Amino acid sequence: MTAKLSPTQIAWRAAQDIEDGAYVNLGIGFPEMVAKFQPPGREAIFHTENGILGFGEAPPAGDEDWDLINAGKKAVTIKPGTAFFHHADSFAMVRGGHLDVAILGAYEVAETGDLANWSTGPRGVPAVGGAMDLVHGAKRVAVITDHVTKDGKPKLVQRCSLPLTGVGCVTRIYSSLAVIDIEGGRFVLREKLPSLSIDALQALTGAEMLVPAPVVDLTVPEL
Amino acid sequence: MDKTLPDLATAVAGISDGMTVMIGGFGGSGAPIELIHALIDRFVATGHPRDLTVVNNNAGNGHVGLAALIEAGMVRKLICSFPRSADPVVFTEMYLAGKIELELVPQGTLAERIRAGGAGIPAFYTPTSFGTDLAKGKPVEVFDGRAYVQERWLKADYALVKAHLGDRLGNLTYRMAARNFNPLMCTAAAATIVQVSRIVEAGGIDPESVITPGIFVQGLVEVPNPAQEEILNRANARYPEVAE
Repeated sequence: MTAKLSPTQIAWRAAQDIEDGAYVNLGIGFPEMVAKFQPPGREAIFHTENGILGFGEAPPAGDEDWDLINAGKKAVTIKPGTAFFHHADSFAMVRGGHLDVAILGAYEVAETGDLANWSTGPRGVPAVGGAMDLVHGAKRVAVITDHVTKDGKPKLVQRCSLPLTGVGCVTRIYSSLAVIDIEGGRFVLREKLPSLSIDALQALTGAEMLVPAPVVDLTVPEL
Repeated sequence: MDKTLPDLATAVAGISDGMTVMIGGFGGSGAPIELIHALIDRFVATGHPRDLTVVNNNAGNGHVGLAALIEAGMVRKLICSFPRSADPVVFTEMYLAGKIELELVPQGTLAERIRAGGAGIPAFYTPTSFGTDLAKGKPVEVFDGRAYVQERWLKADYALVKAHLGDRLGNLTYRMAARNFNPLMCTAAAATIVQVSRIVEAGGIDPESVITPGIFVQGLVEVPNPAQEEILNRANARYPEVAE
């Protein structure tokens, strides 16, 4: 059993790269955790598709106002500087290139930057939400994900087998084992868990990784 | 000019079989629950309207509001971006049984199609969905070296919308994130019917604060203290209420 980062630790690592002053959209579910780990002294403004910029944390149970929710339909709060707007303005912020970072989950990411994260195939009810818009808007589109599926198959692949969310859109992957950039249609290894050799990581990755520079140890606090 | 309507039944009286109806809201926020329930009341009493095409971001939650409209069998087709929720059982069962049609649209494309419908723009190009299954059959064009998918406007016979304050001229404000799709839908329907928490005198809304100008509104009805879907669902509410 290889040691790996928990989802919370992956979220922590992704949060370290969000610069002061960034406008950020976090996908619903696991990526929402990134907001908790903003480094001190940096102010990021979070965007949610349903029309809020600069919202605050969840309110205590019992204090929810159900007109004040995020895209995951969870209650949030306002804080000084919050702004409300309608859905067309919200997606103008997205598609118009005004967001600095979008962080999404993934079923598969290809070395070309293709992302599959909305459909696991023809069964069940399909749902896409704002994912297809987000991947085309933000200056940086990052994915946070386990490095492999529950069955141990690579989630980082040469070509996605599942329906695509977007073509050539992902710029960085924060996985449970490594930090990998996508450049020129190739995976480029930047950081990995120190307990894992490059060969062992490559064996769990579905396409060849380039290693152009010394790989930095991926060290994350216990959370 | 006075666009105020006496009651909810009057407000939904013009919606007939086969119409396309935009219903505002994102999940429960901004959802016009009372207008939807008034439409269900009419269906229960008269068997109409039916075979509706409904445009909403979601597919309802629990057994109230949009979910109840679907459960009553009034909806033939749903145009939405995210037909999943904490409790989407009504839509899920009908969809998997082949009893309701689904047109899945990315959320930003849905918003822009409605905006375009209201603004008289029959089609537009967006990068969203390029190279995916949701772009199949749609024209693609390259602008400045990048590929974009053509999308068509979306218009409706009726929009049912929830707002916060309204005046007799139809000027509206919204409450926090309950705004979402509502101002867009107001512009894209032949008739927009709004439930507001309070009707104020003309001049009671600061012109600087008007979000939807009255030209986009045909009728409004006052519903003080409107129900919130989330709270109804936590109480396991159903509509119509089942006799114990």
